[in-house]
Amino acid sequence: MNTNTGVAAWITRPMLITFALLVSLPLWIESVGLYQYLGVEIVIWMVFALGFNLLLGYTGLPAFGHGAYFGIGAYAFGLSQLHLAESLWLGIFCAMFFAALGGAMVATFLSHRRGIYYALLTIAFGQVFWFLSIKWHRLTGGEDGLLNIPRPDLDLGFVSISLASNQALFYFVLLLFVLVVIGLWRLIHSPFGTVIKAIKQNEMRTAFIGYNVWLYKWLVFTLSASIAGLAGGMFAMAQESAYPDVMSLHASGFVVMMVLIGGGMVSFWGPVIGAAVYFLARDLLGAATETWLLWYGLMFMAVIMFKPEGIAGAWQGLVKRRKESARVEKKPFTG
Amino acid sequence: MALFEAQNLHKRFGDRVVLEEINLSFEAGQISGIMGPNGAGKTTCFNVLTGRYKPNRGKVIFDGEDITGMAPRSIARKGISRSFQIMNLFDDFSVIENVLIGVPQVRDRGFNMTRRVAADSVAMDKAAMVLEQVGLKDKAFENAGSLPYGDRRALEIGVALASEPRLLFLDEPTSGLGIDATARLAELVLELKQAYTIVIIEHDMKFLFGLADNIAVIHWGQVITRGTPDELRANKWVQSSNLGKLA
Repeated sequence: MNTNTGVAAWITRPMLITFALLVSLPLWIESVGLYQYLGVEIVIWMVFALGFNLLLGYTGLPAFGHGAYFGIGAYAFGLSQLHLAESLWLGIFCAMFFAALGGAMVATFLSHRRGIYYALLTIAFGQVFWFLSIKWHRLTGGEDGLLNIPRPDLDLGFVSISLASNQALFYFVLLLFVLVVIGLWRLIHSPFGTVIKAIKQNEMRTAFIGYNVWLYKWLVFTLSASIAGLAGGMFAMAQESAYPDVMSLHASGFVVMMVLIGGGMVSFWGPVIGAAVYFLARDLLGAATETWLLWYGLMFMAVIMFKPEGIAGAWQGLVKRRKESARVEKKPFTG
Repeated sequence: MALFEAQNLHKRFGDRVVLEEINLSFEAGQISGIMGPNGAGKTTCFNVLTGRYKPNRGKVIFDGEDITGMAPRSIARKGISRSFQIMNLFDDFSVIENVLIGVPQVRDRGFNMTRRVAADSVAMDKAAMVLEQVGLKDKAFENAGSLPYGDRRALEIGVALASEPRLLFLDEPTSGLGIDATARLAELVLELKQAYTIVIIEHDMKFLFGLADNIAVIHWGQVITRGTPDELRANKWVQSSNLGKLA
């Protein structure tokens, strides 16, 4: 909770800088040796990580099977396009709805728990969904997954825009990212956001001042799952396929690493930074060595050991130190 | 009729009986005390009365309503609030935020995901008023985690007051406080008596005997005697025990 009125405005300066940077990304990404599709992937995972951080960073709930809801979103998007109708809005609705439904069911069992029991149950349920995606062949296509998922046009009623090119898809995904960022920013400064932050700090006291902690934990998990589903739906659209790998335990682990490396425990922008760092590491380190994941893993270990607040935390510390030293320099000589 | 009553409460953990046939009643507008040696079952009794533990037998009645076994959140919403012996604050929040989250106007809008908390001037005024009551108004925007111990004790009470309770349970409020801070706390409790019904568990007998209208003595999980401070001072059991020497 922040009682400073400026910080809780709908649009903030860091938001504008981030949006401007991302809007300009297709114009320069190729000139730095990268490619348009990377931008799509990064923004999709930023959405996923932001939604996940609502759970981990803001409510303090250790969930390690969140890839399941990303995967449910991807399958729901694909199945709706392949079997119901080729419609972007229907696909996005299905992705969010079924991921939220899966999340709500799991949260019903989880929300009484905390700590290690909570974490283990999230892994167990994540594995259940992953196993289902492999074995329910008739629905999911088994290990091959769903292929040839169409990329529907963006139909606004008065105009229809093709999303066939990666650049067009990037701007659509970016639009959803902007909406998620503004929505989540508002949420964390709302009474609901205040309560989840209180639960993170002291679950028992929150209950003793009259809050239904179970219901808040259930709601935040469901909401986070629906955002994961949105990201998963966009991923299916971008990949034009949906497959079990995105629901696996290691895929769930990636989003945790992104949040922690970026600094999601101390900053709203941590997941955004973490997602960008992950994909840049994958492509830049990956170009240099096949063992890029080993180096990324070592970086993760170094961050956890030496700067658990992550990159955003390191930046905040730097800014704080600079402000303090500037204040000391301004003090008049009294000796 | 008493505002709050415990009738024949019985609580055990496994084979171990911790509370046995506890009968207590707290009158509106009074300060009631619960005392007893370490391990007597005082805090367990508090935890049963405020919903943290369900009793195995017996009833808890608040203002004529049976609240036995209700969840802490439901009991809190009925107007019963408590502080904790071991500090239970929101350390990453500022002092005013700790109080604000307990204010009914904020609590009732807990599921609102779009309104800004800071925009609620009624809630902010209420939180500021509570901070003034507990002497922390000047520290409203300091981080709760960085407050000195005595101020954290005061804030612990402030958080409990924020929900506008009718009945306030204070669990060992002087725990860890020095002589001056204890004296200031005694003044605060006397001020609060004007507006609230208060029940205190306390091991500092001087503090309790100086404030309470009625005191129940718990030992071996049972209420062994009760009365006014003067009656207890004259009680042979209290006189012969270590508790009598401390009062």
